[in-house]
Formats: sequence, structure tokens, C-alpha cells
Amino acid sequence: MLEFLSQPWPWYTSGIVIAFVMVLLLFFGKSFGVSANLRTICSACGAGRNVKFFDFDWRAQTWNLLFLVGAVTGGFIAAEFLSNGEAVQISQATIQDLSALGISAPDGIQPEEIFSLEAAFTLKGFLILLLGGFAIGFGARYAGGCTSGHAISGLSNLQLPSLIAVIGFFIGGLATTWILLPLIF
Amino acid sequence: MRGLKFIIAGLIFGVVMSKSEAISWFRIQEMFRFQSFHMYGIIGTAVILGVIITYIIKKYKLRDDQGNPIIFTPKEMSVPRYLIGGTIFGLGWALTGACPGPMFVNIGYQYWAILIAVVGAIAGTYLYGAIKDRLPH
Repeated sequence: MLEFLSQPWPWYTSGIVIAFVMVLLLFFGKSFGVSANLRTICSACGAGRNVKFFDFDWRAQTWNLLFLVGAVTGGFIAAEFLSNGEAVQISQATIQDLSALGISAPDGIQPEEIFSLEAAFTLKGFLILLLGGFAIGFGARYAGGCTSGHAISGLSNLQLPSLIAVIGFFIGGLATTWILLPLIF
Repeated sequence: MRGLKFIIAGLIFGVVMSKSEAISWFRIQEMFRFQSFHMYGIIGTAVILGVIITYIIKKYKLRDDQGNPIIFTPKEMSVPRYLIGGTIFGLGWALTGACPGPMFVNIGYQYWAILIAVVGAIAGTYLYGAIKDRLPH
């Protein structure tokens, strides 16, 4: 059983479980959206004193912070008990494209060139992660949600704004992939 | 403990995102290069099921575990807000290979470098809050 679970899970398993998590939260009277936590964290750190956007009762969002605690724990359980340490099985075409950029084939879940601590503490590596994260935080709040809030919850409710946001996600993602990455690497 | 159910929901999410490799930078690259169905399959399956379930909840006016009606708040219509915000988000998503959920799952997976991206995301959120009134919405 554990051996079976240790293999990578197929996409449909993941899609079904993500929909299940969304429904679970709906039946708990909440809505699925991870990036709202970033605003809650700002507020909990006292940002509401200077910026009105963070001046709200963040304690009412504790449930979502607990969801985050669960997500971190889930990652830990997957890594420690449900992993066979195999490399991500991405397509040969992607491996070739990335090797042209100087990023070696997968050896685990993440590329050494970005996620190893040696790489992360070079100026380039540090800025990739910091600015990438910055764009995610800024963009998610500007667009009013991220992949979970727009692509999953919003599209499920047939919201046109969410479709526009998802189109934006792809414009940005394609620009990074095809323009920025070749310039950076 | 009333909060336990949310931790469990998050835990299920964290495990499945890890095991389906959706937390991997490589998988996000593969998606933006249109070289595999994997990520589209994940998001597509979730959305198709989500549409059906949302429809059922509305049609039968289902209630949550506290007995309150489940309500869906429609998002305010705008093009620039979602398009510009979404594009900025996408730039970062492809760079770090992690949107906010997987970002935190990666901490649990002990890819500690992702903490730099988390700090960046919190700073980005703060800047948005500070200048939001000057941005087109």
C-alpha cells in the first residue's frame, strides 16, 4: 500500500481531490483561496496600523491560516513518508528545452539551479525567488485571487472576472517562460 | 477542536499537490511550454467537477455544517484589474514555479529556498495594499 502511494499520483486523482477540498471548505462555510492568507499575515504583523487595506479583523481568517498549516504538514508527510525519491517525470521535450537554458534534468521535485541553497544564495538565485515571490504576492492581491481563488473556485462558479485573471496568469507565465528565462539563464 | 477540520483539509491538499507533482517548478515549465497534459488535466478535472458541484449546491440550496446557506459572492467586473494583476501574478508563477498554495507545501517538503519567495510574496502583498488606490481597478 505504502509502495503504491509512494509513486507519483496521476493527474485525475489530483483534480478530483482538489475539487473535493474546495467542496469541503464550502461545506465548512468558507471559500477556497490560498493567497488571501498573505494579506492576513500582513495584518497579523500589524500592517493595519499604517495601511487601511490591512486594517480588518484578521482573526476571523484564522481558519485559512490553519489550512496553510495543514498544507505545510501535508508537504512534510508526502516528503517523509510517501516519497520514493524519484525525479519528476516531465516530458523529454521539456528536458531538452531546459537543458538548452542550462537547467539540468530533474533529480527530484525541484531544479538544483534555483532551489538548492547554494543557488538560492547567489545574487541571481536570490533575486529570482524574491522577485518571483513579490510578483506573485502583488499580482494575486491586485487580481483578487490566485490559482485556487480564480482558476478553481472562480471558474467553477463561471465567473468572467476569473477567466480574465486566468488569461492574465497565462500571459505572464508565457512571457516569463519564453522571454525572461532565456534572458536570465 | 473546531480548527482541526481546516488543518485536515489543508493536509489533504498538501499531500495531493506533492504527490501529483503540482508543486514542481518542472511541471509548471512543462505546462507553460504546452509539452504535457499533466497540469491541464489536474486543473481541468478540478474545474469540471467544481462547476458541477457548484451548480448542484445552488440548485438544491445546500447548507454548510453550521446550517447556513452556502453563498457564492460574485466578483466585481473589471478588465484591467484582473488582466494586469493576473499577468503580474503569472510572471512570478513561472519564475518560481509555485503559486501561493504550492509555495507553502514546498516549505513542508523542505525546499527551504522557497522561504525567500514567501517573504517576497508577503512584501508584494504589502506593497499592493499600500498603493492600491493609485492603481487602475
